[in-house]
Amino acid sequence: MSEEPILIAEEMTKTFGGIIALNRVSFTVNRGDVLGIIGPNGSGKTTTVNCLTGFVRKTSGRVYFLGTDISKKPPHKIADMGLTRTFQVMRPYYSLPAYKNLVIPLFSPRARRTGGWRGGGRLGDRDTVGIDILEEIGFERDSYVPYKNAATLPTGYLKRLELARCLALKPEVIICDEIFSGLSMSEIASMVPLIERLQMDGITLIMIEHRLRELFRVANRVMVMNFGEKLMEGSPEKVMSDDKVKEAYFGSRDIEEVMTHA
Amino acid sequence: MTEGMEQRRKERVDRGIKVRTDSLYALLSAGEIAYLALPRLVLILGLLLLPLVVPGMYWQRVITITCIYGLLAVSFDFLAHYVGLVSLGGAFFVGTGGYLAAIANTQMGLSPWLTVPSAALAGGVLCTLLLLPCLPLRGVYFAIISLMYPLFSARVIEALDILGGTDGIMGIDGFPNRIVEQYAPVVLLLLILFGLRRLVTTDFGLVVRGVKDNDQAIRASGINVTYFKAVAVFVSASMGCLGGACLVHIYMWSGISQFALDFSILPIAATVIGGSGTLVGPVLGCLILVPISEMLREFGTLRIVFYALILVAFIIFKSEGLMVWGRRKYHQFERWTRI
Ligand SMILES: Nc1ncnc2c1ncn2[C@@H]1O[C@H](COP(=O)(O)OP(=O)(O)OP(=O)(O)O)[C@@H](O)[C@H]1O
Ligand SMILES: [Mg+2]
Repeated sequence: MSEEPILIAEEMTKTFGGIIALNRVSFTVNRGDVLGIIGPNGSGKTTTVNCLTGFVRKTSGRVYFLGTDISKKPPHKIADMGLTRTFQVMRPYYSLPAYKNLVIPLFSPRARRTGGWRGGGRLGDRDTVGIDILEEIGFERDSYVPYKNAATLPTGYLKRLELARCLALKPEVIICDEIFSGLSMSEIASMVPLIERLQMDGITLIMIEHRLRELFRVANRVMVMNFGEKLMEGSPEKVMSDDKVKEAYFGSRDIEEVMTHA
Repeated sequence: MTEGMEQRRKERVDRGIKVRTDSLYALLSAGEIAYLALPRLVLILGLLLLPLVVPGMYWQRVITITCIYGLLAVSFDFLAHYVGLVSLGGAFFVGTGGYLAAIANTQMGLSPWLTVPSAALAGGVLCTLLLLPCLPLRGVYFAIISLMYPLFSARVIEALDILGGTDGIMGIDGFPNRIVEQYAPVVLLLLILFGLRRLVTTDFGLVVRGVKDNDQAIRASGINVTYFKAVAVFVSASMGCLGGACLVHIYMWSGISQFALDFSILPIAATVIGGSGTLVGPVLGCLILVPISEMLREFGTLRIVFYALILVAFIIFKSEGLMVWGRRKYHQFERWTRI
């Protein structure tokens, strides 16, 4: 794998009133990486995503994406450059059918610029393109699911819809905020190959997860956070065997035990 | 009704003809085409024929004014229901469009054929630029700030004695003849109404509606929320300015009464009565409210109390609005079912 850095975070700090949600967090993501971010609840993972993608304003620190300083850019400009994210709390357009949810990102300047969707392009029919993307992400094309209102979709499909929204932009990077949580074992099992396919398609991934077993299957590097700080970073094996990580993240329990429960 | 242990409830079922006319099969029979076309025809022919059947000039003028209010009400409904911006700036739009048309006519000598469209466009741009700083505000905050604009404009014109001060601008050309004067607002209203209904179902309209539902997801999709809000405000403001421009040519006078709060309040009452989110409903609401309001003219500004009473009554008794109710009756029937 080439070592071309695509996303660099430098000393990102975020305080909410008196709370330090993020404390001087730095890391680098190379093109083609699957970086896992793990940490206990409230350790600042979602805040990291928000700071990277411009959804909250950093107190200090810088972010470089594709060599450009995006620290001060608004979220839509960052997404327009190809750094996309899913939301931990899913945010579909509830009043629209699933495939119409994708018409909106397909209408974005980036999707229109990059085009290239089958039947897409400037004059293409965004409805068909939307259904194509949904099929790619595991909605059965001939079933009624793509046509159902987003409000009536089960969690598994909503998570896929979040991913599909990112894919519609032909992104460089997708940051998945707990895309496995709330899913059953079998749903997760069907999502993992999807994630692996995205990686093979050359999309760089950052995955925030509590489900360690599945994460460690796809991630090539893992960063551990605790109390808004970066505890350590390394290969899944290295992270798993680190004493400090076991101490902070897993308490006194044996990591193997946690992993079988995860 | 319910005897013994049997429990029943009312259920709503789509009429057969409604289901059949949902797809291309609607073209199969005259009856089904008629089912689809009837409501539209009633509206179009109704508005076109109304000036011919009412008694006298006075009521013909009332219909013209109704259409101008209709433009404002549709513009309010579009912004509130599809974009999520509750605007009390109707009077500001009317005033801006009115004064621009007045200036274009008296200073630059343009004919009404040119002043009306150019006041609509230029007024739309001007209003959008002035409202731009308020676009991040939500709900009631946007409403309050947008209400300041007409109040402020009227005071500025009064205090600085510009644009004719309290006397207003006089000597504005009227429309070339009675027919144009009568039908320009009617035809414009119909065109804009159907155009807007088309617009909200396009992909562009979908994004605009997304801005209301879920602006974070819009941002995450790489779409500039402020830009789409601004375009929507432009559309809405242009409609108001169009109404204002027609108004000054009808009265051949432009004054600070064009910033009167009636232009902000009545459209809202009409929208509530007619059914918000239907776009047609607000026009219906205006057809009811404006004539009543004309009859109450001698009460002056007390009429606002009357709008308020109607609003309260509607919110208590039939909050869905006439058009929503009527549409349901047209497409569905009710029957009792056993549980
Ligand atoms: N908008 C906010 N206002 C105030 N405090 C916040 C805000 N957002 C996050 N925080 C605080 O910042 C800290 C980090 O929160 P964050 O959501 O990033 O955690 P997380 O690692 O994503 O947790 P989880 O695993 O539960 O999703 C928490 O203490 C949280 O209470
Ligand atoms: Mg989180």
